[in-house]
Amino acid sequence: MSKQFKDVLASGEFVITSEIGPPKGTNIEKMLHHIEILKDKVHGMNVTDNQSSVMRLSSVAVCHIITDHGGEPILQMTCRDRNRMALQSDLLSAYVLGVRNVLCLTGDHISLGDHKGAKQVFDLDSVQLIAAVKSLEAGQDIGGNKLDGGVEFCVGATATPEADNMDSQFLKFRKKIKTGAGFFQTQAVYDMVKLKAFMEYARQSDVKILAGILVLVSAGMARYLNANVAGVTVPQELIDEMAGAEKGKALQKGMEIAARQIKQIKDEKICDGVHIMAIGKEEVVPEILSMSGV
Amino acid sequence: MIVAEQKPIQEIKAMIADHQKVLVVGCATCVTVCMAGGEKEVGIIASCLRMALRIDGKEPQMIEDCIQRQCEWEFVDTLKDKVDGVDAVLSSACGVGVQALAERFPNKPVYPALNTSFMGMPKEHGLWVENCRGCGNCGLGRFGGICPIARCSKGLLNGPCGGSQNGKCEVSKEMDCGWQLIYERLKRLDQLEKLEEILPPKDWSTDRDKGQRRMYRGDVYYEQTV
Repeated sequence: MSKQFKDVLASGEFVITSEIGPPKGTNIEKMLHHIEILKDKVHGMNVTDNQSSVMRLSSVAVCHIITDHGGEPILQMTCRDRNRMALQSDLLSAYVLGVRNVLCLTGDHISLGDHKGAKQVFDLDSVQLIAAVKSLEAGQDIGGNKLDGGVEFCVGATATPEADNMDSQFLKFRKKIKTGAGFFQTQAVYDMVKLKAFMEYARQSDVKILAGILVLVSAGMARYLNANVAGVTVPQELIDEMAGAEKGKALQKGMEIAARQIKQIKDEKICDGVHIMAIGKEEVVPEILSMSGV
Repeated sequence: MIVAEQKPIQEIKAMIADHQKVLVVGCATCVTVCMAGGEKEVGIIASCLRMALRIDGKEPQMIEDCIQRQCEWEFVDTLKDKVDGVDAVLSSACGVGVQALAERFPNKPVYPALNTSFMGMPKEHGLWVENCRGCGNCGLGRFGGICPIARCSKGLLNGPCGGSQNGKCEVSKEMDCGWQLIYERLKRLDQLEKLEEILPPKDWSTDRDKGQRRMYRGDVYYEQTV
């Protein structure tokens, strides 16, 4: 899309972002296909950063590829793999490569991924990473040293509307806003009641909130999320709906559910937009969008 | 206290297999309390090694001893005669004790019988937990006496990540979310406002990042002559 992500956020338009997962290896053919499919359908493409603690092609490199292809990348940066030196250095690098949006995350624990014996970093936390971006924008690094040329990013963060510890999650949420996060992309949400409750709190601030929509591909995936992914709860009726899908039609059912939720979020103005995650099945995102009518 | 656990006997055996006469020496402080390397464990380790080496057709001599603390010269020095009479020393102290013996007896090989695990305490009988990372700049005052560096698996300073569920950490359903503990405790103490402050990145220069840490106190210092 021709508009910059920050301008879309400011416009009041219903914002749509999706996700590009860098490959494990250098074969970028499939990823390029996904970029081509999505770049004119969404306002921004998040590029995950060694997602799930699995080592992959770097998010900075893939963001650069997206800008080359005329898309609008959102650089995801986690605190797990880099200390404050490397994080700031990569932010400068991303900026000179044309990246203008960054999403600051804590990152999954190293033990969840494919390099379980690696030394994890977490030199900064997500709040301090947002502060680091802001410092670079002000023309100095977080060591207080002047930069010869700064950066300008649209800075976002994440929130978990369905967490069972919302009081302490809101503490972090407040800190992220205070530090300078201008938009939030949430963890996957399935329960609109919980999302509305979260939004009631979030609306005390004017930050933009994009609800996380994770496309279900099977009832088994829904049960897996409930059992293994903190802060994500698929309600029983959605699991039943997935389980009731005709053989071979589960993905279709998952797309219908996603489209229905997107439509509801837009029609009822629950959030400012949606962030659609279709891990590895990015080609279905345009169809979900057309089903939802947004 | 320092919490440690015994290495697999095969690993210990491989280290000492080429020595004929070995002093197995325990430590009567932390590793005795955590039942890893005190007098009793020295006896067990030495017996196991005798049996394991005999199976290989060897007849090693294992001499057993246990001193009050392997991390103080005063006690280490009492071992001198015994160490002089053996080919090698197997220490069942923490890594501090092993290194103290190695420094005091420069001509004698010294091997570790334990893996030094962490600073912590027995939470229940038979269950030890880490509570301090020794970062050199204690922030327990602002976190309600619960350390996020030691007890949050990511060492986060400004609040929990999104990986906490039912008060447990994403790393393991057995592990409490350190941040949930901090939050609940400060809530109970009516001190939640302490958490509102946005903490800057931690200064790790007091941690291990400047090499071996030393602490010098002029008021109690005097040069020891050995």
